[in-house]
Amino acid sequence: MSRSTLSARRVRAIFSKELTEYRRNRSIVSTMTVIPAIFVLSPLIQIFSAPPSTLAHGDRLLYMLGIPAIVPAVIAAYTIAGKRQQGTLEPILTTPVRREELLLGKALAALVPSLAVAYVVYGAVLAVIEIFASAAAASAVISGTGVIAQVIFTPLVAACSIWLGIAISTRAGDIRVAQQLSTLVGLPFFAVAALIAFDVIHSSLTLALALGAVLVVLDLLGWRVTAAAFHRERLITSSKGV
Amino acid sequence: MSVTPACGIITDVLRMVEPAAGSERGAPALRVAHLSKSFGTRVAFEDVSFDVAQGEVFGFLGPNGAGKTTTVRTLGTLIAPTAGTATVAGIPLTPDNGVEIRRRIAVMPESPGLYQRLTVRENLACFADLYEVPDPKARIAQALEAVSLTDRARDPCGTLSKGLRQRVALARALLSRPEILFLDEPTAGLDPVASREVHDLIAALRSEGVTIFLTTHRLEEAERLCDRVAILNHTLRTIGTPAELRDRLFAKSLTIATRAPLHPPDAVFDGVPGVRSWRQAGDDGRYVVAVSDPDVAAPALTRALVAAGADVLSIGESYHSLEDVYLQLVDEDRDA
Repeated sequence: MSRSTLSARRVRAIFSKELTEYRRNRSIVSTMTVIPAIFVLSPLIQIFSAPPSTLAHGDRLLYMLGIPAIVPAVIAAYTIAGKRQQGTLEPILTTPVRREELLLGKALAALVPSLAVAYVVYGAVLAVIEIFASAAAASAVISGTGVIAQVIFTPLVAACSIWLGIAISTRAGDIRVAQQLSTLVGLPFFAVAALIAFDVIHSSLTLALALGAVLVVLDLLGWRVTAAAFHRERLITSSKGV
Repeated sequence: MSVTPACGIITDVLRMVEPAAGSERGAPALRVAHLSKSFGTRVAFEDVSFDVAQGEVFGFLGPNGAGKTTTVRTLGTLIAPTAGTATVAGIPLTPDNGVEIRRRIAVMPESPGLYQRLTVRENLACFADLYEVPDPKARIAQALEAVSLTDRARDPCGTLSKGLRQRVALARALLSRPEILFLDEPTAGLDPVASREVHDLIAALRSEGVTIFLTTHRLEEAERLCDRVAILNHTLRTIGTPAELRDRLFAKSLTIATRAPLHPPDAVFDGVPGVRSWRQAGDDGRYVVAVSDPDVAAPALTRALVAAGADVLSIGESYHSLEDVYLQLVDEDRDA
């Protein structure tokens, strides 16, 4: 893969086309609305119902990393399998677009709205806690390091989830299968975040750095591995050929 | 140039295209040598060889499953051949040359494959950027004008009829000013009016020297538009101009109609100069007479018929359509 020959214009074309399609696709918009609601309810219920002393352990809001783990995976699953099902993949593959450009454009188009949703929802939850929760509960769950962790890990988790989603989408024959599998592979990210949130795994700077490093490596590898798995012939004919 | 502008768009199309730039002058636009493609044990096409000249409209015919679309996909670098070589727009067909070849060609697949939620203009804008065309706004406007869709530019493609979608796909294929345009069943499912518009566009492109590789099931379409046709049924069965194929497969013959059957016909036909054989075509007075040279045999036969007292209704050279050629070859394959 030669990154020096990538065309920014072609990546932008894919990015903007995908983004426009997502905006006008009701099922994707509803996915991006419903899934975050699921990850917001649990921490909010705990914060408003549990005594502040029980909230001091762990970082309950890390639970919300489920949003960047699951939302982009569902969108990414649609990127190849969905297009294939609609018959729009072949025309685009007949253009000079390289597979790396195509995948990067699609990944960015899944990443941007996912980040927007994750950050907006997180910000809204922080605001709700600050305004409506008791001062003790608010100070127990909102911390500077927690916010920094959320801000840094959200794109790292989302990117990883996207590459896995796209990789599954290139192999799956059906969009529903792709979405179900992508949701499943997003779960381990969410599970780790939840275990830290509930203090089953004790959070520390070392752990944060280690997890961050793993995610960065996975994100960088994701593009290359997904591009390598992207096989024009198999996608068009459902046969790998010779 | 004499093209009937059925939808008043032809001059706009002509502005869309430019003479082939990449291929060497005089070199074939497409050169295919012993090309084969198999999927495991299933042979899609085998040992296919042909050249397509620059500016030629080349028809690629064959029954369903004969390997036509696979051939287009192979030449369009979507799938890799299992054997053989090809040169597309002057560039050898190798995995490394995929991007360079795709820059110089455009493929219009059988299914338009438009983004239904995007407008016509948005669809074209995406592809203009993928081909990195200069001045995309102007090029899109020209393409829309060329297919008479300027007034539908803001409509989502999902709201268009099949014929209009096909026109959008054609506009998309014209955006990059390709040296070779691959059209895979461009009129499949279109009504006669929409088909005629597509035919007029193809005719206009042809008159401007764009090389067109046209796969079709419509034999009258191939006969009307193509300089040469090839008939594929996994292997290349024949190739040539429609007239050459007719001559190659069918003996020259005259069709004769008389008011009443001849009694006996052999007394009339036998001994006439140039007549090789004859057969009765139906129960009435119609006969098909195989001849060596229609120009010699027709006057002699007319004289013989009149001398025999027959009332001659018509006498003319038998016409074999491309459909006859096609069916003859497909029947031969079936029998084999």
